[in-house]
Amino acid sequence: MKRITIGLLGAAVSLSITFGSAQAGTLDEVKKKGRLTCGVSTGLPGFSNANSKNVWSGLDVDVCRAVAAAVLGDASKVKYTPLTAKERFTALQSGEIDILSRNTTWTHTRDTSLGINFAGVNYYDGQGFMVSKNLGVKSALELSGAAVCIQAGTTTELNLADYFSQKGMKYKAVVFDTSDQSVKGFESGRCDVLTSDQSQLYALRIKLNKPGDAVVLPEVISKEPLGPVVRQGDDAWFNVVKWSFFAMVNAEEMGVTSGNVDSMKSSTNPGIKRLLGGDAGGKLGLNSDWAFNIIKQVGNYGEAFERNVGKDSPLKIGRGLNALWSKGGLQYAPPIR
Amino acid sequence: MTITTVNQPSLAPPATSVGVVGWMRQNLFSTPLNGGLTLLAAALIYLLVVPFFQWAIWNADWIGSDQSACTSDGACWVFILARMELFIYGFFPTTEYWRVDLVFALLAVLIVPQFFERFPHKGWIGLFTLTGFPVAVYFLLVGGSFGLEPVESGKWGGLMLTLVLAFVGIVAALPIGILLALGRRSDMPVIRTICVCFIELWRGVPLISVLFMASVMLPLFLPEGVNFDKLLRALIGIVLFQSAYMAEVIRGGLQAIPKGQYEAARALGLGYWKSMSLIILPQALKLVIPGIVNTFIALFKDTTLVLIIGLLDILASVQSAIVDPAWGNVSTEGYLFAAFSFWIFCFSMSRYSQALEKKLETGYSR
Repeated sequence: MKRITIGLLGAAVSLSITFGSAQAGTLDEVKKKGRLTCGVSTGLPGFSNANSKNVWSGLDVDVCRAVAAAVLGDASKVKYTPLTAKERFTALQSGEIDILSRNTTWTHTRDTSLGINFAGVNYYDGQGFMVSKNLGVKSALELSGAAVCIQAGTTTELNLADYFSQKGMKYKAVVFDTSDQSVKGFESGRCDVLTSDQSQLYALRIKLNKPGDAVVLPEVISKEPLGPVVRQGDDAWFNVVKWSFFAMVNAEEMGVTSGNVDSMKSSTNPGIKRLLGGDAGGKLGLNSDWAFNIIKQVGNYGEAFERNVGKDSPLKIGRGLNALWSKGGLQYAPPIR
Repeated sequence: MTITTVNQPSLAPPATSVGVVGWMRQNLFSTPLNGGLTLLAAALIYLLVVPFFQWAIWNADWIGSDQSACTSDGACWVFILARMELFIYGFFPTTEYWRVDLVFALLAVLIVPQFFERFPHKGWIGLFTLTGFPVAVYFLLVGGSFGLEPVESGKWGGLMLTLVLAFVGIVAALPIGILLALGRRSDMPVIRTICVCFIELWRGVPLISVLFMASVMLPLFLPEGVNFDKLLRALIGIVLFQSAYMAEVIRGGLQAIPKGQYEAARALGLGYWKSMSLIILPQALKLVIPGIVNTFIALFKDTTLVLIIGLLDILASVQSAIVDPAWGNVSTEGYLFAAFSFWIFCFSMSRYSQALEKKLETGYSR
């Protein structure tokens, strides 16, 4: 019996150790394997979560799908690896995943000391506050003396302390372990205010019995730019991921959508011509229809946003900072030329 | 004159000591204190259990496909039913569900005979469950041979992943544990030292840190480009950890066997392996059935710890589904479902071990 067990383990080991050549770039390796390996969260609504058909979906997932569409011509050729916050960077450093797209905040320390590069910002988040409507509070500045529900061990705790001491206000922290519990605490009235990243607050608000009774205040007290991450030292791959995302933003700016991309292919607009054909793909080591595939299969940035977190999703998050630069937001992609 | 003594028919016992009333007087209201406690318990049941059943059954929503079906105050079981595929199969491709179903069916067919006293070829069926079955499961689930489409372990999840982790843990930990226990009691110093070190090392660290090491540290030590499957890393960690515990449980059984048994085996001219396998181990294992099953149950529940390394077992898949914005606050329903699933498996393991003990009469019950 033991011999068979050991034999089985041996077979499993030999089957599942994969030897990749360390020298070859990630781009070539992904092309060779015919599949992109993408690190996502274990379940964050709107960003990466299993939808009702047990398929990964979300804004972060769409970045992976866009890269797969650009490199392999098929957005579905992605292997998703759910990662917890603690193991995400190791998985990237060790080569277990090709891209980390897991609502990861771009900070100086991470960018400089972990051997990783942030390839862009696909969601500008920030810490905000949610209060009960009947409190009548219109601004975070009126929150002095409030009881605030927070999740333990997050940067939100530190940001909160900074913000309140800066403004000379007092607060009482009510600490919970998980977001579930903090919602229950907020609902049962143990605190007046719930604080978390704004995208999270919208997701948590849906879980209230009466979502309409809670409002998210306009103030944002921290900068949380979230974006896809790649290994440092593989510039070709870095460029592919960066420009796959930029192609989505550029497409929105030019009005190219998944619906009209076929007819846009014969457009005379030089910008659109460069996006959907030309040699932009070749310079990245991709086919010339790289951006066409992204937009056809995943959509432009605006489509992805509205579908996953915006008005077509239950979260109903406004574009805000994530609107195009030409519409008062921060999403700005360098031109493709 | 003859005196005939006729026993008068005995009177019926007083009405207060028979029937429902009698039973209640005897068991529920025997003293004023007990009476008070009974009333208190009844009040608690009324206050806690009744609302629970109202919430969970009478007022619950069962039929529908999305949040709009959950209109009542009760539990929204629609959510559990709608996401059942995720909870059972994880991300396994829909077209390949039959492979998982087949594994479940095989497991059930193989386990059922073990609950019957006399089932033909029961021993052989049991042996197959522990040897041939895992091999069959490996080929069925992993695929890639016999024309089956390969399914990478990243797509495994839910109940299926929980059962794979628990079953592999159980099947591998028991034989390794027996060898370690024998090794620890061996006369050969090298083997004894190795076994003692192994057992004390793995018993000395928490499972959660073993899993963290396997998932976070190990990949950093491997050469670049070499990747272990994440599930396999977790499995090896669980097996090493549980076999150390199993070894100590079995050593307890070995030490409980009187020295005379060892001497008798030797006197019969049996060698080490024969005396162990024919005389000592059958008795020792019988003695420690409760301990072994206890370890199995603990192992089954410990498998949920893999959620901290991003493997979506049944609890983790429930957790990822309850945050789905398409549903309202369904966390209570989700966690209850996960708890109930675990309870079913752990409780049946516990009942099986009790039946086994009774059959083997190991308790030396007085």
